Amino acid sequence: MRELSHHVLDLLENSLAAGATLVTLRIDEDTEKDLLVIEVQDDGRGMDAEMQKRALDPFFTTRTTRHVGLGLPLLMAAAERCDGGLELESDVGKGTRVKAWFVWEHIDRAPLGDMIGTLLGALLASHSNWDLVFAHRVDGDTFGLDTRELRETLGDVPLSHPAVRQWLEEYLQQGYAELYAKQRA
Amino acid sequence: MAQIKSLEELRRLRERVERDISTRRDTGTTIIVGMGTCGIASGARETMRAILEEVRRRDMDVNVTTVGCIGMCNKEPLVDIEQAGKPRVSYGNITPDMAPRLIEEHLVNGQVVEEWVVGRLQEDE
Repeated sequence: MRELSHHVLDLLENSLAAGATLVTLRIDEDTEKDLLVIEVQDDGRGMDAEMQKRALDPFFTTRTTRHVGLGLPLLMAAAERCDGGLELESDVGKGTRVKAWFVWEHIDRAPLGDMIGTLLGALLASHSNWDLVFAHRVDGDTFGLDTRELRETLGDVPLSHPAVRQWLEEYLQQGYAELYAKQRA
Repeated sequence: MAQIKSLEELRRLRERVERDISTRRDTGTTIIVGMGTCGIASGARETMRAILEEVRRRDMDVNVTTVGCIGMCNKEPLVDIEQAGKPRVSYGNITPDMAPRLIEEHLVNGQVVEEWVVGRLQEDE
């Protein structure tokens, strides 16, 4: 994975594969503490202790289509390479929380990359009965999104509707432009 | 942040699209991009964005959706095109630069790009 946002998309896809209906994504960049945190919490089916151990093993996967899983071990390796780490907390029937952190300025830290593509990739998932609460904080400023609020506004019109999709893309572009403009100011 | 204005925009947009939603179900085209770990690592997200860009450039009324791993990881990025009344066609190893030709030939000209096809699924299967 060339960008941290690829890992973020992978985490969101894991949550959807676990049948989550509510996923919370938090990205926190704190240049003062020199820390970048990515945290995904879901209410999916969760994992028991044995499965959690195996989830961090590069040769484990829950999928039946192929027998090697790589997502979480790849993220853990990326975090550890940047003097960070990964925390996995899960309860069967309740959900899973994954938190990865990186030294922001670490020379090996991949850029966050295309968060707009990552969010669109998740929001356009065919898995339709789920919501995303997203917040990206860069020092004092936050950009966020709550699909529950969007769905309330949209009624029966799905998020994947071409016109809504276009609105979403522009909304994300605008939000990110504003978030990063504040950093440059 | 112009969030309140944006939600108001979204509300107006809803009123506009609610009127045509029933017709879309009958004639719709859906492009499906595989977005499992295997897909993401092979650049599926970038392919999806190139598809979105091409669809927007041509102002086409097409649904684009993502799914998890579908089991042909060595052929990722995988892109399926589904059109009402036609077999669903799976394309493999679709990189972003291939998106314009894929959309032009398959959706605009109605010609399947045979050299990129990895599978077909009849509608009633």
